[in-house]
Amino acid sequence: MSSTIHDFLIPAGEAAKRSGPADKIVLSSRVRLARNLKQFPFPGTGKKSDRLKVLDVLRPAVEGLPQMAERFSDTLDNLTPMDKQILVERHLVSREHAAKGAGSGLVINREETLCVMINEEDHLRMQSLRPGLQLREAWRTLDNVDSALEGPLDFAFSFELGYLTACPTNLGTGIRVSAMLHLPALVLSEQINQIIQAVNKLGLAVRGLYGEGTEALGNVFQVSNQMTLGETESDIVERINKVLAQLIDHEENARASLLEKKPSMLFNHVGRAYGIVANAHCISSKETMNLLSLMRLGVDLGLFPGVQRSLVDELFVITQPAHLQLGLSEKLTAEERDLARADMLRERLKQVRRPAQSVSGGGSGGGGADKPSKT
Amino acid sequence: MLCNVCKENEATVHLTQMIEGKIKKVDLCEPCSKSKGVDDPTGFSLADLLLGLGAAQESQAATPGLELSCPQCGHTQADFKKSGRLGCPRCYEVFREGLEGLLKSMHKGTKHVGKVPLSLQENKTMKERLKALQGELEAAVCREDFESAATLRDKIKQTSDRLQSLPVAQPES
Ligand SMILES: [Zn+2]
Ligand SMILES: [Zn+2]
Repeated sequence: MSSTIHDFLIPAGEAAKRSGPADKIVLSSRVRLARNLKQFPFPGTGKKSDRLKVLDVLRPAVEGLPQMAERFSDTLDNLTPMDKQILVERHLVSREHAAKGAGSGLVINREETLCVMINEEDHLRMQSLRPGLQLREAWRTLDNVDSALEGPLDFAFSFELGYLTACPTNLGTGIRVSAMLHLPALVLSEQINQIIQAVNKLGLAVRGLYGEGTEALGNVFQVSNQMTLGETESDIVERINKVLAQLIDHEENARASLLEKKPSMLFNHVGRAYGIVANAHCISSKETMNLLSLMRLGVDLGLFPGVQRSLVDELFVITQPAHLQLGLSEKLTAEERDLARADMLRERLKQVRRPAQSVSGGGSGGGGADKPSKT
Repeated sequence: MLCNVCKENEATVHLTQMIEGKIKKVDLCEPCSKSKGVDDPTGFSLADLLLGLGAAQESQAATPGLELSCPQCGHTQADFKKSGRLGCPRCYEVFREGLEGLLKSMHKGTKHVGKVPLSLQENKTMKERLKALQGELEAAVCREDFESAATLRDKIKQTSDRLQSLPVAQPES
């Protein structure tokens, strides 16, 4: 517990090997609950002394959870900017939380499946994280954690409005259910904007990392609920589950249809992506993510025999600025990072042969062609 | 296209979300998107952003000069309009009226139907029972069934005593 966050975190290579249902397309599932203590102002309004008091109440309560027996726990003022950036790149804490200092805290369990932010926008932001599509499991876990905490803690709650949160957009259940999806074929086949609009109409938000639609970084999209009041937690989870099942189908179909109707366009994208990523001497983080996305698609389609998807997923993480800086004593400039990133990619992809010219094997392209099973 | 927030830089981040059944668009520059947490998929909602940009107008009470403020935390209507955030749990009582419309446009309903803390579940049941008993009492008095009415009064007394001894939710009105 006195260990630094770097000693604590599961190495990126190992973390990338975690697997879950439908993880070819669903990178991760997340459920978040917002809670506040009745007697205190919300973190954004309260004085520092209020936040410190809240932290004093909440931190031991969270640390006392059986799920947190083995944990990382610290206050944000004890973390360096580098530590915080690493946590953001691992999607463990929000950027907003990373910007906090004294009076805010963080508790993460050994498996990195439970991560609690103290004094973010609300007193408590609890998150349950799972690889692949496991929203129900994530909700069940977090529901239990919340029930265990509501005993000793006095949460602000009204029968009419539910759990009271700093922002009215989270009022009621305080729940945010979300999944990160990799949708390269829907982007390549230019169906993505239409799909996003359809999903929006169902009251769900779709976000790319930068901009929307085709501009999404690494073809990664996050789908989440927007409404938190007037609907039960499990209804929200089931509604998103239904939409995700459809999105998975659409992406699978788009992959199969590209293979059948536009194979050279598809192989061209994957081949060029490999060519650049494996041979560049200077490459930005943005370009890297977009090209790795196409390589990931190539792996899924069997164009890189013997290459595991986890290699690409690991590279997604370790080519991010803070991860790249990790272990280097000198602080790199953005330009130096682009050089270091390219060096790392060339090194790590040295053994990867250029992609096959066609989809080999008896499998009828796309369809059920799943990854070599790893359990 | 200029950034909607700073109105200075060229907007490079374009967002669309469905709010109140209408498509809302926001265009931001890179620094503003970062400061608003837009590039952070875990913590961003366009509704929040629009709130901050003045979509909270309808929550403005029509009493100029006499600004509402929370006796608990000092948060004012202007603070709410500016940040889109409330100051403390009590604020929900204070700004209740102005919030109605906003909540209606933001959410599926305006009444919570999800999880209730265990400690308050009995409270909820007792309240519902009390209401039912009072209805029965009225009916009994109407048909001049004074025997039942007396029994019901006892039950009501018991139930409300029990209710008094339970932890309360907030804001309780
Ligand atoms: Zn701007
Ligand atoms: Zn207040």
